[in-house]
Amino acid sequence: MKRSNEPIFWSLFGAGGMLSALVAPILIFITGIIAPIGLWMPGQALAYSRVLGFAQHWLGKLMLMAVISLFLFHAVHRIYHGLHDIGVHAGTAARVAAYGSALLGTLISAYLLIVAGLR
Amino acid sequence: MARIKTYVRPMQGWWRRNPYYVRYMIREASSVFLAIYTVILLVGLFRLTQGEAAWDAWRAALASPGSIVFHWLALLTVSYHAYTWWKVAPKTAPDLRIAGRPLPELVITAGGWLATLGTSALVYLIVRWM
Repeated sequence: MKRSNEPIFWSLFGAGGMLSALVAPILIFITGIIAPIGLWMPGQALAYSRVLGFAQHWLGKLMLMAVISLFLFHAVHRIYHGLHDIGVHAGTAARVAAYGSALLGTLISAYLLIVAGLR
Repeated sequence: MARIKTYVRPMQGWWRRNPYYVRYMIREASSVFLAIYTVILLVGLFRLTQGEAAWDAWRAALASPGSIVFHWLALLTVSYHAYTWWKVAPKTAPDLRIAGRPLPELVITAGGWLATLGTSALVYLIVRWM
């Protein structure tokens, strides 16, 4: 019997689900709401030099990489399986597009973190 | 070969017929908001590599009314995902036992919610003061 590759994607979905359950609400709240409107978060908290420093630190790189990659793998897994619920009977192409875009996002973030390190 | 015409029950709007399915669809829809949010972060990282002016332009775009509305919706749906994630944790977690007795479901779920609150406070403090 051919071995299923589902456990890989299920694990990535699970890891992303766990990480997003822990930190996604607060990240959305900070970067998308309170920092832009300047409430409970001073403007210099997300100042260029500070965020660049974070992206240049190995721990910051690891955190950004984990957030972007795992959030993407979690989301595309749900979106792919959710297609059936809205009456779209997706095949292999949709599967490749879903996980492929998460992989692409992961590679782009890795590249950008390397570029950020050179600044 | 002639196509056999069997009756196929229409499934249009199936999830609107039952509140349980509505909640299920909101949970699944959270992933769309999470995906868009992650792409916004990725764009932010790209703008960061372009220099200070590009970074500030990204931040200005995030302050636009449309962006704020999107992030409120994302916050609500993704928070609902976090709520449900811990709600099902007793079923998805490995068998947890203390002194041979299975951990009560409420302990696992409440522990998860507390973990989310704890990490949220930690992330806030780090972003603000570290």
